[in-house]
This record gives sequence, C-alpha cells and structure tokens, in this order.
Amino acid sequence: MTTLSSNTPIQDDTEVPNVLSPWALMWRKFKRHKIAFLSLWLVGLIYLMALIGPFLAPGDAADTNRRAIFQPPQGIHFFAEDAEGNSRFQLHAKQMKMQIDRSTMRRTYVADETDIIPLGFFVRGSEYEVLGTFKADVHLFGPKDPDDRVYFFGADRLGRDMMSRIIIGTKVSMSIGLVGVAVSLVVGVALGGISGFYGGWVDNLIQRLIEFLRSIPTIPLWMGLAAAIPLGWPPLRTYFVVTLIVSMIGWTSLAREVRGKFLAMRDEDFIIAARLDGLTDWEVIRKHMVPNFSSHIIASLTLAVPLMILAETSLSFLGIGLQPPIISWGTLLKEAQNIRSIVEAPWLLIGPGAMIVAAVLTLNFLGDGLRDAADPNAH
Amino acid sequence: MLSFIYRRLLYMVPTVFLVSIVTFAIIQLPPGDYLDTLAAELNDSGGLDAGTMQSLRDQYGLGQPMYVQYFKWMKGILLHGNFGISFEKNLPVNDLIWDRLGWTFGISLMTLAFIWMTALPIGIYSAVRKYSVGDYIATFFGFIGLAIPNFLLALVMMYVAFKYFGQSVGGLVSPEYLDQPWDLEKIGNLMSRIWMPIVVVGTSGAAALIRIMRANLLDELYRPYVVTARAKGMSEFKLLMKYPVRVALNPFISTIGWILPTLVSGEIIVAVVMNLPTTGPLLLRALLVQDMYLAGSLIFIVSILTVLGTLLSDVLLAWIDPRIRYQ
Repeated sequence: MTTLSSNTPIQDDTEVPNVLSPWALMWRKFKRHKIAFLSLWLVGLIYLMALIGPFLAPGDAADTNRRAIFQPPQGIHFFAEDAEGNSRFQLHAKQMKMQIDRSTMRRTYVADETDIIPLGFFVRGSEYEVLGTFKADVHLFGPKDPDDRVYFFGADRLGRDMMSRIIIGTKVSMSIGLVGVAVSLVVGVALGGISGFYGGWVDNLIQRLIEFLRSIPTIPLWMGLAAAIPLGWPPLRTYFVVTLIVSMIGWTSLAREVRGKFLAMRDEDFIIAARLDGLTDWEVIRKHMVPNFSSHIIASLTLAVPLMILAETSLSFLGIGLQPPIISWGTLLKEAQNIRSIVEAPWLLIGPGAMIVAAVLTLNFLGDGLRDAADPNAH
Repeated sequence: MLSFIYRRLLYMVPTVFLVSIVTFAIIQLPPGDYLDTLAAELNDSGGLDAGTMQSLRDQYGLGQPMYVQYFKWMKGILLHGNFGISFEKNLPVNDLIWDRLGWTFGISLMTLAFIWMTALPIGIYSAVRKYSVGDYIATFFGFIGLAIPNFLLALVMMYVAFKYFGQSVGGLVSPEYLDQPWDLEKIGNLMSRIWMPIVVVGTSGAAALIRIMRANLLDELYRPYVVTARAKGMSEFKLLMKYPVRVALNPFISTIGWILPTLVSGEIIVAVVMNLPTTGPLLLRALLVQDMYLAGSLIFIVSILTVLGTLLSDVLLAWIDPRIRYQ
C-alpha cells in the first residue's frame, strides 16, 4: 500500500471508450435526416431575415406610390445597351408605365424598353434603425439611385412594394410563433405534469379547466376576444394581446399530452423502482419520466410554432387580429381577401402565401427530424 | 364504466355553466352596445334623437346591469328554449341559427369522416414502410397540407375554379338552384360543390393525424411484444391490426376531443371566404355589429356541442385503453 501511494499515478494506457452523451447521439442521428438538416438551415435563414429585414428589403415598406398601384412584378435583366449601342453587363429593371383604359377603368402596365433602372448590391436607400441603436441606409440589393422604385414582387393597392413588405412582415409573423410557444411550453408542461403525476382533485381541476378552454372552438373565441381589442391601441400592445390570445389555447394540447404520458408511465416498473430507491418526486420526474417523453414534447412543440403562425395569420386575415400599420404576413393576405382582387393582382396572394407555406413547411420538417432523432426506440 | 360516464356527465354541468358566463362576458367586452353601432350607422341619414335611443334601450333591456341581462338570457334559454332576439334582423335568434348550425355540423362531421378515412390507412402505411417512396410521398403531402392555412387553400381553389374552369364560386349550390325546393337535381348540384369545403377544411386535420399515427405506430412497432407475436408465426397484417395499431390508436382517439372544435373553427373561417350559408358569416357579422344575443347564442351552442365531443372522446379512450383509470 505504502509503496503504491508514494508512487506517481500509474500511467493509464487502456483506451477509454468514446462514450457519446444522449444529445450527441441525437445530433448524429439528426444529421442523417437530410431534409430535416436542410430545414434547420432554412429556418435559421428565415429568422435571420426577421432580424435584418430592413437591410434585405430593397425599399421602404410603408412608402406609397400613386404611379405604381397594382403594378405587376418586374423582372431583373442582365445586359443593357449604353449610349453607343453596345451591349454590356448591367443589372437593371425596366421602368413600367401605367396606362388607364378610360372605358373600362382598368390599369395596365407596359415595360418601357428604353428607360432602365440600374440595380446594384449594397446601395444607399431609405433609412432604417439597426437593432434600435443606430441608423443605416445600406440595402443589400436595390436601385442604385435612391429615388428610383422597383417592384420585384409587384405592388399593392397603394403602390407599396410587396417584396419589402413581405420581408419586413417576417419579424412579426415568426416571432409570434416563438413567443407563443414559449408561453405554451412553460404553462403546458407544468400543469400537465402536475395533473398526471399527482392525480386526484388537482388533476380534476386542471382537466376541467382544459376541457373548458378547449370546448370553446378557437376561432369564435378568438373572434370574440380580438373583436374587443380597441382599434386605437398602440401596435405593440395589440401584438402582445394577440400573442396571448393565440397561446391561450396552445398550452392545453401540450398539457393533455404530457398528462397522458405521465398517466401511462406512473405505474410502470421502472418508476416504482426509482421511487422505492428513495428518489424524490422531482428526481423521478426529471431523471426517469422527462427523458421518456421528451421526444413527444419536441414533436408537439415544433408542431405548435407553425400552428401559432397560422393562427395569427387567420385572425389578421379576418381583420380582427393585428391591424395595419403593423406588417405581418396575415395583414398582407388581408389585401387578397376576395376573388376580384386575386384575379386582378395574384401576386398579393402568391408572395405572402408562399412565405407562410415555406416557413410552416420547414418548421414541420425540422420537428419531424428532431422527433425521429430523439426517439430512443427508432431504428 | 357506467358510473364513469355518469360522473363525467355530472362534471359537464359546471363546465356548461362556465361556458355560458364566459360567452356572455366576451360578447360584452367591446365598449358600447348594438344601439351605439346602430346610431353610428344612422348618423349619416339623420340619426336618432336621445328619446328614441332611450326607449329602444329600455325595450331591449340594454340599460340594465350585466348580471341582470345574463340571468334574463339564461332564464329564457332554460325555461323556454328562447335564445333572445337578433337586434339587427329583428327576428328571434331561434329562427336564424338552427339551419346554419345544421350545415356547420353537417360539414364538420363529413370532414371528420373524410379525415379518418384518409389519415388512418396512410398513417399506418407510412409507419410500416418507413422511408419508402410511398412514405416520402405521404409525408410530403401531409406536410404541404399542414403548411397551407385553410383560408389560403380555399382562396387558391376558388381562383383555380374561377380562372380555369369558369365555375361560379361561393355558396353551396349554384345560384339558379337557390330558391328551388330540394329535389334530386339540387342534391346532385350540392354534392358537386360540397366536396370543396370538406377537402379544404379536412386537409390540415388529415395531415396532422397522419403524422400522429405514424409517430405513435413507430413507437410501438419495435416493442418486444411485436417480436414475440411475429415469432409465434402470426400473419403480419393480423399482428399489425391486433396489437401495435390498437395501442397507437390511444392518442389518436384522444384527438377527437380537439379535432371537432378545430373543424368547426376551420369551417367558420372557410365559410367566410367561400360564402357558405353556415354559422361563419353570420357570427362574424354579429360580432362586428355587436348583435350580442345572436353572437352569444352561436358561440354558446357551438361550445356545448364540442363539450359533448370531448366527453365522447374520453369515454372512448377509457374503453380502448384499460390503463386509463376510471376513478
């Protein structure tokens, strides 16, 4: 003994097996799911777009223009003729001229081949605030002359640039999903867990509350609540109230699922064994129950983000959620409410609609990949 | 089991009571009342003098405190089945709503049938043949279905029908059948149009259920009991239907509770876009002009019916999975 303790520590030559943590294993599995991995990047890009929206937008989202009412989308052209008639590389768009047919009062736009708008990267344009701290006026892509206007995705009934509006609207639409899910997660897991773990009158009370909230169909309930939001409220307050209204229902489904899992697991042998080992309730929940249903929660949560985005969109579309001047994909779609305006200006529907579908689709793919990766039973 | 159902029915009483209070509170939330809306609308054409306003207010009982109005409303419903009158249309609410409620629930139930008929087989298929071409196609369409809000899908379908097929859009029957009595031809016309709202409302629900079914079944498919059953030489189909599918149905059935309110909600919003003769447009209009007894009765009845739906799902769940306690 004494000889051993006086010696320097024995050199350990045996190789330690490389043990991966459960999260590392998950990550490895997740990366194998190609579509989900791609979606992770796309979702990241969309949130980046929400963060640096004004920089990406070619113009000012609120800027109206009487000469561009319902102007169709403009294309980007690569080669232009200069003064000597030589063709050379110059990114540009063609100026669109409005013509009004007096008898039918219909607007048509014709591209003017001679009048071009030079386009470029990192151009100066309308001023915006970066993260609320300092002002900037550099835009990633747009007309070189700050007085020119281009409409890559067309213009709405006030001649506002749809592309800028869609990009700016990303912030409100995407953040409502995140904030709403955060609220739902905390409330749902806490109440669902308590309900399923303790049972008895607590369970009863929470279940009746959930049953009560769910028994009122969401749209009429939201319609009733949202109709009560005074039109004169500041946009920020309306935004938070609409988020709360939307997440008021979201937590209930999560709570029900968590409770169901708890109930089914409560009497399983490994839980009884853990309890007999003298673990406290909290330890049993944290160490043995949560890892067992976290995959289910992840799947539900990733399903919940797009659901909240859709809920906001539906409310704003009906005209009782967010109100202009707040720009969200829902308030943009409100402009495309009837078949007449869609037939006259399909880009009002296509642009915001495509963004919603893309955002919801990638979030769903991401959730599906995470679910498969987190599932210990998956093969 | 019977005492379980009996107890759940008893629990419904306070729930329904709460629903009625909240409904009433919601329709009272906006400042002002119907007469203010009326006065604002009439202001352009002369307006109402204060005396007329006061006598109208007394006649409708709008000047009384809120709880008095609530008790009057509830008394009418409980004792006489009278839901009050619609201010705007000047008709009893009873005359206005039952037709439309019938359509709303008819379309919702047909949509439920559509969802189950598509989601169950597709969900089972994509779990059993995981990562096959069929699974990818089903998953892809499922995701697309989830990603398109149903009003957007309705708009796109109407646009396509209008632009490429020249079909008049909106309504459940073509305009020329509107005032005709119900005969075979009109029913045929109805059938040629009603699939559109059903598909529009049902797509997202079906997509969600395909996902849930696939996820649940995948959790069960590799359990030891499945291996055991297979080792016994049971036929693959019989084994699938008898054990894992039955277990996987558990969360599937607990979704009936929420799917019914979702369908009703979806139906309401789609009805506004497609101009269907259901509760949607009526409710939106009633909320906007503060026609409070009409709006309140609609929310109230739709809610009661969905409470019954949740009850049904709980009973089914207890029946299918004995692990769920009756206590």
